[in-house]
Amino acid sequence: MENTASLLRVENLVLHFSTRRGPVQAVDGVDFDLDYHRAVVILGESGCGKSSLAKAILRLLPRNVARYDGHIYLKGNDVMSLSDEEYRRKVRWVEISMVPQAAMNALNPVLRVGDQVAEPAMVHLGLSRDEALELARRMFEHVGVPQDFLTRYPFELSGGMRQRAALAMALVTSPSLIILDEPTSALDLLTQANIFNVLKRIKKELGTSFILITHDIATSSELADDVAVMYAGQIVERADADRFFHEPLHPYSRMLMASVPRLRADQEPEFISGQPPSLISPPTGCRFAERCPLRFAKCDEAPPVFEVDGRKVRCWKYA
Amino acid sequence: MLTQEQVSLNSSSIEREVLLSVRNLRVWFELRRFGFGIVGHVRAVDGVSFDLHRGEAIAVVGESGCGKSSLMRTILGLHRPTEGQVLFEGKDIHALGRDGMRWYRSQVGYVQQDPYGALPPFMNVERILEEPLLIAGVRDRRERQDRIRRVLEEVKLFPVEDYLGKFPHMLSGGQQQRVVIARAMILNPKLIVADEPVSMLDASVRVEILKLLRSLQERHNLAFLYITHDLSTVKYFSERIFVMYAGRLIEKAPIRSLLEHPLHPYTHALLAATSDPDAENARRFKEVPPGEPPSLVKPPNGCRFHPRCNRMIQGLCEVQEPPEFEPYPAHLTSCWLYKE
Repeated sequence: MENTASLLRVENLVLHFSTRRGPVQAVDGVDFDLDYHRAVVILGESGCGKSSLAKAILRLLPRNVARYDGHIYLKGNDVMSLSDEEYRRKVRWVEISMVPQAAMNALNPVLRVGDQVAEPAMVHLGLSRDEALELARRMFEHVGVPQDFLTRYPFELSGGMRQRAALAMALVTSPSLIILDEPTSALDLLTQANIFNVLKRIKKELGTSFILITHDIATSSELADDVAVMYAGQIVERADADRFFHEPLHPYSRMLMASVPRLRADQEPEFISGQPPSLISPPTGCRFAERCPLRFAKCDEAPPVFEVDGRKVRCWKYA
Repeated sequence: MLTQEQVSLNSSSIEREVLLSVRNLRVWFELRRFGFGIVGHVRAVDGVSFDLHRGEAIAVVGESGCGKSSLMRTILGLHRPTEGQVLFEGKDIHALGRDGMRWYRSQVGYVQQDPYGALPPFMNVERILEEPLLIAGVRDRRERQDRIRRVLEEVKLFPVEDYLGKFPHMLSGGQQQRVVIARAMILNPKLIVADEPVSMLDASVRVEILKLLRSLQERHNLAFLYITHDLSTVKYFSERIFVMYAGRLIEKAPIRSLLEHPLHPYTHALLAATSDPDAENARRFKEVPPGEPPSLVKPPNGCRFHPRCNRMIQGLCEVQEPPEFEPYPAHLTSCWLYKE
């Protein structure tokens, strides 16, 4: 069973938050799966629920959760049935770790970088401090941080180096999956290119799988094997990167792609007029219909997921 | 996109009237240690010269810490130059008196990077836009309201009534940035300085704001200094591009010329690091120059890029600072590879 199952399978995952104005449907029925040694990119604009999806997978939930259900299978095992304590001991950081948004600024300023990077190994793998530091040293090598930075404090490191340290922290327990939430959005161009080189190398050398959450379509193609496009709490398209970046299916994906300014092509970028719907009372039909140039009568009904030669798309055009 | 006509227009821009002239500008910040006085200088801007013509858009590209923000802040009159001058319509802006400075501030609009941080949270849109008019001495209330309306329509926030009473937190990121642009435009400036105006916005909104800025630029014949680290957007927006590294402009070129034949090795590296959406990207590694930008307290001798450069010429690049060469018309670079 375990050998045939994919690394991660998410089925009908729902995460709603309660607010004074009503429940916010941040993640609303998300399905996807991810194989070993692969990277999936979750693309979406701000407020589409992509960071909430990461939190839902890692069960890092705030207090105002209104609804949290669905299935998450990790290596074939249903992890939703685990208690919080079991989840913490068996899954979080042991199997799945995360580099949160702006992780480089989240390092504790009064602790040495090495100690912080080693900490997950002590907490989650039960290693001694020396063993964990040795692991941290090896991870520093993988991500390209000089060894002597282990004993430095975060303020002594540049942004790129701190981001690498945050990555080393996610790697130190050798998880099978790392969730990256906008890993390079605050970094300079060359640093960003460097970090993606590091991620590619880690994927090749350690066989780690990645979920990369970003709104930056151009740089997302640096790591993607698969792409999932998220809109208003749902995944509207799921495809392999080759076909997606060549020609996406969903009208939203197409417009998103057309909005990317390109260095090496001359086409004029186009913007998508209008705004995403409120997640408190999303439209009952297709959630993109209001901004969609191809809208027709059927779009007043919520579209199911259609399969188009192996690609999945939530749009009536493909019925 | 720039057409061929526009490009040829750029090369003839020499005949256009100069609006802003930056002459051999140095902006150094003192480094003090308690009890020791001044122990050194951060050479944020170190010998920058260029002319910006009326109605021309120039993009300044560089990584954080290269001095582009200090350059911009000096042009805005917020820092005093250590050496050199900033001339606006021929007047040295750092020699202007109080009234002169007030005039200068009405001639130059500033579009900040983070729209939410740039707007006071306790003022509504009407108050935010009225403030510059009050300071500029527009006494007539009716006139102020007319101008607020007109500028909101220009940045396409209509119906205007819906926005006048709104506070910044009630607006989306794109709308906030439009308010910031409206504020920069309201005194009918001749120059707009935009510091990464779209980097905090979503991809789909980003293009919308860039198009808005460009249409404003064309309609009012505005000069633009567009500061960015995103090379993929510059060609949609500006005529010339300056590449800044460690306090200096190492390449100045018309956009087309730079994209067709980049000269400086650092420019090559920046272009190579810029991704277009392409599935092939995941299958190859990028070439990135080793190391990091140098300290601006003690920049390297000679060419400041030489420690990271793979085409360094031994005995020359690390010794002597390269002057500007002009291998293509109006396309200048400070790199020894291009000496005749």
